[in-house]
Amino acid sequence: MDVFDIFLLEAVLNGLLLGGLLALLSLGLNLIFGVIDVVWICYAELIMCGMYAVYYLHVQYHWPLYAAMPAAILIVAVLGMILHQFVIKPVLAAEPINQLLVTGGVLFFLQAAATLAFGIDFKNLGVSLPAVRIGEMSFSAARLIAFGAAAAGVIGLFVFLNKTYLGTAIRAISQDRAIMPLMGVSPARVYTLTSALGGALAGLGACLLVLQYDVHPAIGLSFGPITFLICVLGGLGSMAGGLIAAFVFAQFISVGGFFFAIEWGYVIAFAFFIAMMFIRPQGLFRR
Amino acid sequence: MLSLEGVSAAYGGFQALFGVSLEVRAGESVAVIGPNGAGKTTLLRLISKLIDPTGGKIQFDDQLLNRVPPHAVVSRGIAHVPENRRLFPRLTIEENLRMGAFTSRKTFDAKRDLVFGLFPRLKERRGQLAGTLSGGEQQMCAIGRALMSGPKLLLLDEPSAGLAPVVVQSIFELVRKICSEGYTVLIVEQNIRQVLKVVERAYLLEAGKIVLSGRAQELLNSKDIQKAYLGL
Repeated sequence: MDVFDIFLLEAVLNGLLLGGLLALLSLGLNLIFGVIDVVWICYAELIMCGMYAVYYLHVQYHWPLYAAMPAAILIVAVLGMILHQFVIKPVLAAEPINQLLVTGGVLFFLQAAATLAFGIDFKNLGVSLPAVRIGEMSFSAARLIAFGAAAAGVIGLFVFLNKTYLGTAIRAISQDRAIMPLMGVSPARVYTLTSALGGALAGLGACLLVLQYDVHPAIGLSFGPITFLICVLGGLGSMAGGLIAAFVFAQFISVGGFFFAIEWGYVIAFAFFIAMMFIRPQGLFRR
Repeated sequence: MLSLEGVSAAYGGFQALFGVSLEVRAGESVAVIGPNGAGKTTLLRLISKLIDPTGGKIQFDDQLLNRVPPHAVVSRGIAHVPENRRLFPRLTIEENLRMGAFTSRKTFDAKRDLVFGLFPRLKERRGQLAGTLSGGEQQMCAIGRALMSGPKLLLLDEPSAGLAPVVVQSIFELVRKICSEGYTVLIVEQNIRQVLKVVERAYLLEAGKIVLSGRAQELLNSKDIQKAYLGL
C-alpha cells in the first residue's frame, strides 16, 4: 500500500477513536436534555472537576487508578445531583433562556472555583501509555482505551434505558411527565437519578480525557463547545443523532487535519456545522 | 372499599367539587355520569391524588388517602386510566405495560399474559410503538397498562371519548367484560346511555355536586335523566 493511503487510513481510524470519545461526551448532555429539557451548559466543567478528582486522588493521595477513577465517577455523579437539586430544580418551570443563563453561571463559577482551589497551572497525571503499532500505523494506547471504555459506556447506557424498569421510566418521563405518578413513579426521583447518570457519564469522560490531556481550570472550553455543537448537529435530545454526529465531526477533524494542518481540521468541521445549521436547523434527527 | 365524604376540590383557581360523597364497594361497578365540565375528571384525579382535596375525607380500604403522595397511590391498589388514554407514544405496547407494572415487577409475566388474554390484539402488536395504534387499540393498551399493577380498584376516565361510534360499542363491551371479571370499577362517562347499561350503580354529578344516585336501571328509567340527557 502507498504510504499516502496508509496515513489516510490511520487518520480515518484515529477519527473513529476520537468519535467514540466525543460520542460519550455528547451522550450525557443529550440524556439530560432529552429527559429534563434543560441544557447543562456547564457539562464540560463537570468533566473538568472529574479530571481534577482523578488527578488529586492518584497523584496527591496515591490511590491506584483503578480506585481513583471509579471514585471520580461517583464524585461527578453526586455533583450532577447537587447541580439538579440546587440550580436546575428552582428554574424547571422558568423560560429556557433563564435555564441556559443559570447553567452558564455555573460554568464560570466552577472555572473560577477551580482556579482558586487548584491554581492555573497545567496538571499532568504522569501516566504515559505506549503507542500501539499495527503495521506501519501507530495509535495512542490512551485513545484505544478511551474508545473501548466509551463504547462500553454507550452500550451500557443503551441496555439500561431499554431493558430495565428505571431506564424505561427515564424514556417515558420525557414523553408524558404529568401521568408518571399514575405509574407509581415519582418524577422528582427520576430527575435526580437522571442527573446522577448524566454526572456519571461526565465522570467517565473525565477519566478518559485525563489520560490524554493535562487538566487546568479552563480545559472545559476546549471540548465543551464541540460537545454542545455535536448534540445540536445530531438534534438536541436525540441520542442516536448525537452518536452519528460525533463520528461525522471526528472524521472532519481527523481527515481534514490529515490533508491540511491539524487546525484546519477544526476549521472544516465548524464550517460544516454552520452549513448544516442552514440546511437542517433541527439537526440530523428530531427528538 | 372506596369512600368519599364531603370532598371539595379546587382546580386552577376555581372550585370544581362541592362536598361530594360517594362509595364504591368491593366487586362493584359504579359510574359517575354528568355533562361536560361537571367535575368528573377532577373527581378521579382527586382519588389518585394528582390533586389534593380542599376539604373532606378520601378513604380507601379504611385508610385515609388525603396525605398520600400521588406516586404512592398505585401500590395501595388504585389504577387510573386517564382521560385521552395518555399512552407513552414512543414506547412499544410491551414497554407501556412495563411502566404499568413499575410497582409490581415480580408479577409482570403473569399480569402481561392476563392482559394479552383479555386483549389478543395487543399481543399481536406488542413490539409496535403505542403512538401508531388506532384509538380503540390505544384504549385497550391504556386499560391493560392499568391492570398491570394488579389493582383492587380501576378508575376509568371517559373510555369512549374521541373514538369512532363503531369502536365505542366495542369499548363498552370491554368494560362490561372487565366488570364481569370481578374487578371493582369506577368509571366516569358522558356517554350516559351506554355506560348505564354496563354498570350496576351510578351517581349523577352536575356542577360539582352529586344530584342523584341509584341503581343504573333506575337512573336509565328516571324521567329527569331521560329528559335532560337521553333526549327522550
